[in-house]
Amino acid sequence: MVDSLVAAASVIGAAVAVGFAGIGPGIGQGNAAGQAVEGIARQPEAEGKIRGTLLLSFAFMEALTIYGLVVALSLLFANPFVG
Amino acid sequence: MHTFLLSKIEVGSHFYVNFNESAHLHGETIFVSSVVVALISLLLIVGTSNLKRVPEGLQNVLEVIYELVKGIAFTQLGPSFYAQFLPFVATVFLFVLGSNWAGALIPWKLIEIPQGELGAPTNDINTTACLAILTSVTYFFAGFKIKGLGYFGRYIKPSVFLLPINIIEDFTKPLSLNFRLFGNIVADELTVSVLCSLVPILIPVPIMVLGLFASSIQALIFSTLAAAYIAEVIE
Repeated sequence: MVDSLVAAASVIGAAVAVGFAGIGPGIGQGNAAGQAVEGIARQPEAEGKIRGTLLLSFAFMEALTIYGLVVALSLLFANPFVG
Repeated sequence: MHTFLLSKIEVGSHFYVNFNESAHLHGETIFVSSVVVALISLLLIVGTSNLKRVPEGLQNVLEVIYELVKGIAFTQLGPSFYAQFLPFVATVFLFVLGSNWAGALIPWKLIEIPQGELGAPTNDINTTACLAILTSVTYFFAGFKIKGLGYFGRYIKPSVFLLPINIIEDFTKPLSLNFRLFGNIVADELTVSVLCSLVPILIPVPIMVLGLFASSIQALIFSTLAAAYIAEVIE
């Protein structure tokens, strides 16, 4: 009984972790991409540099989502609360 | 615990090789990472064995890779220190890139092992933790070597009450390096395997290509951050 309760709570927790972790970086990446397009439109010759920096900063933002995913995966596959 | 799997996907199952009673090794991680190390060493030894003034063939490729890692170290560490730490940064970059790509490019599915499956060594958290701890050790060592005991002055800058935060940072840096690489690679392989279990043909290919791209970016980021952390303590 307790085990199934823990399992259900873990599944919900995993879904919430991934879902909420996606929101912030989504907004951030949208902002960054918009600013980068603006920069390229204003200064097309700087496209290569802007793209490189954009991809690097995308990866940093994505890392935040990935933390949520790591929490979700550990809840689903390596749950410390199930005896 | 009874596991209930909706599809045949397992995360975190390993092929345990018992070393002695209290210690065991993850066989598949060690095997694949040795293959990666051997392949990279072979490539570098063969490519640099017959250097010519006008490069051709493999030497061209290696020169491009050298320029890339030198660029990473140079932009972070500056002209006077980059040469000291270039070997570390380059090793980390090549190993992470090699391991990430080895999981996707080599058809490991053809080799059956009793437990777990062969894949990128970086999808085992022990590999990435080891790389992250190596980075920590390197920047401590760099700080002590270049600044001596004045290294500890870093902890009370810009002000004394930031001391706890500076100490916590020493732990969060390797932790975030670790989880970033591990999570990205696991997420990538998990996406591919979920798609493969749904539609085995043709549909997963674009995701695999995206995964190759993302894992090369992760190698770039890991080495850039390692260089940046070293630069932070020696500036």
